[in-house]
Amino acid sequence: MQPSLPRPRKPWLTLRRREAIACALFIAPAVIGFVLFWVTPLVVSAYISLTDYALAGTPRFVGLENYRRLFDDDLFWQAVRVTLTYALIVVPMWIISSLTLALIMNQKLRGVAAFRTVYYLPAVLSGVATAMLWAWLFNYRSGLLNGLLSSLGLQGPNWLGDKNVALFSIILMSLWTMGWYLPIWLGGLQGIPTELYEAAEMDGANAWQRLFNVTLPMLSPVILYNLVINIIFATQLFTEPMMMTSGGPQFATLSYVLYLYNNAFSYLKMGQATAMAWLLFLFTLMLSALVFKFSPLWVYVESEKRG
Amino acid sequence: MAGITSTAPLPQASALRRNRRWQSRLVRLASYAVLIAGCVIFLVPLFWQVTTSLKTIQDAMRWPPVWVPVPPQWGNYSELFERFPFWLYAGNSIFISALVIVGTLVSSSLAAYGFARLRMPGRDAIFVLLLATLMLPGVVLIIPQFVMFQRLQWINTYNPLIIPAFFGSPFFIFLLRQFFLTIPRELEDAARMDGASYLRIWGQIMLPLAGPALIAVAIYSFVGTWNDFLGPLIYLSDQEKYTVAVALRYLAGGMRSRPEYHLLMAAATLSILPCILLFFVAQRWFMQGQVFTGVKG
Repeated sequence: MQPSLPRPRKPWLTLRRREAIACALFIAPAVIGFVLFWVTPLVVSAYISLTDYALAGTPRFVGLENYRRLFDDDLFWQAVRVTLTYALIVVPMWIISSLTLALIMNQKLRGVAAFRTVYYLPAVLSGVATAMLWAWLFNYRSGLLNGLLSSLGLQGPNWLGDKNVALFSIILMSLWTMGWYLPIWLGGLQGIPTELYEAAEMDGANAWQRLFNVTLPMLSPVILYNLVINIIFATQLFTEPMMMTSGGPQFATLSYVLYLYNNAFSYLKMGQATAMAWLLFLFTLMLSALVFKFSPLWVYVESEKRG
Repeated sequence: MAGITSTAPLPQASALRRNRRWQSRLVRLASYAVLIAGCVIFLVPLFWQVTTSLKTIQDAMRWPPVWVPVPPQWGNYSELFERFPFWLYAGNSIFISALVIVGTLVSSSLAAYGFARLRMPGRDAIFVLLLATLMLPGVVLIIPQFVMFQRLQWINTYNPLIIPAFFGSPFFIFLLRQFFLTIPRELEDAARMDGASYLRIWGQIMLPLAGPALIAVAIYSFVGTWNDFLGPLIYLSDQEKYTVAVALRYLAGGMRSRPEYHLLMAAATLSILPCILLFFVAQRWFMQGQVFTGVKG
């Protein structure tokens, strides 16, 4: 502010207002899209979940009936069980295996770029093609896996046809795409200042102590982030069971989203499917809130560097 | 964190160091062993896919296996093309991907510039709301979105797969905004002095400087669209409109009782080829973009 000069009347369109208007115009498409494709569907789905609706005709209001029916539905609980089992096994396996690989690669080794390429590659391939490939590898009679096992004198399982094995097979193939997380881990690892390691070494810390007292605490924000993303991703299991088992045998691989899809587009029970979607939404919300609530206990945040 | 507390040299330093060197050599060796073993395990499925696609059906089912088919049965691919109009589906996928890339680049970079540089009351709150959608599993919204597109008579058209891209994507807005924030402000200030409009600054200063980030966005949207399964599965019903991913599913479904694996693997190989080629050409950008935001697309 310059107090000396008496100002003429302030024009309405100050620089500040012009900037605000420009900003509104720049972000307008995104905001409109957000309202059209996220907010509106979310509100509408809350309503649909309270109705009987088969796409044709008008929705008929039934209150909480859809939710009550779901809770009485054995297949719903089966789908919950399948998805929870999958997530509880696959998420720790993804995190531990990809983090271990990243830690190995983070030493100054030659050829790391080539290794990274190989591990990352399966993650860019289409889920449908991947499912077709693994259905072939898992083939009971002529698949590669059972062929290799038979060379060792072992009788391989019916990977996708045995109800006790099928979900495990899908978990096994899911590990093939864990390379997706490598760049995130490597980025995080490279962000840890080398002085910390030098200091730890001078204090006589051995490799394990450095891992547990320097690397993992410094990496904790990335771990938290990957944990949340992994869980959300695992609850969305769909393409693999849809392509490989259709949820069978005996619903052993009926994932939550596959059952949701079947309810909506095979049985045209839109209300019930939407109720499932809302329950998944609430579950994800709760989970994210929970993870973030307890994160201060173990997440180390470098306060000065954020800004 | 452990601070620097002791700087005194260790006793018997040289013996310790020799010991360390041996230890580190051993660690190195073990590391390579693990990495190479892992690579083999990761590559064998792809190798098996490609070689199966070049075998006769009899050889494909044989054990001990024919590891390398001699001669390679290139005829499998021509047989596939006769029974499965791959190029039609590839054309559809490319058409959709191209429009999605254009829409995403324009709308997301506009919004990202607004969020990164232009001040407006409430701007950051809106940005946080947009980011929150990244935590929301997309499947939650498919039914209301389907109902909405049905009302618009967009079912069995490409509109539901393309039009939303023109309204920006939170993930890409975030990625580009982070990139724009690293560009020094002085460049824009100079242009402002010369009377350049915001739109011109966006187009002539920000976009050219954001090349790597824009390439990353284009690549991600291509791979995401090419591989998308649920969207085309729900919205497309005419077979000649199918994308590669959905067409593959129908090819496999049609052979469920008697799968001809050599043909299925030929189709699968063709379908992953564009993403593999792109990956090898543009690997740098794949990984950079991801590290930039640390977000899964």
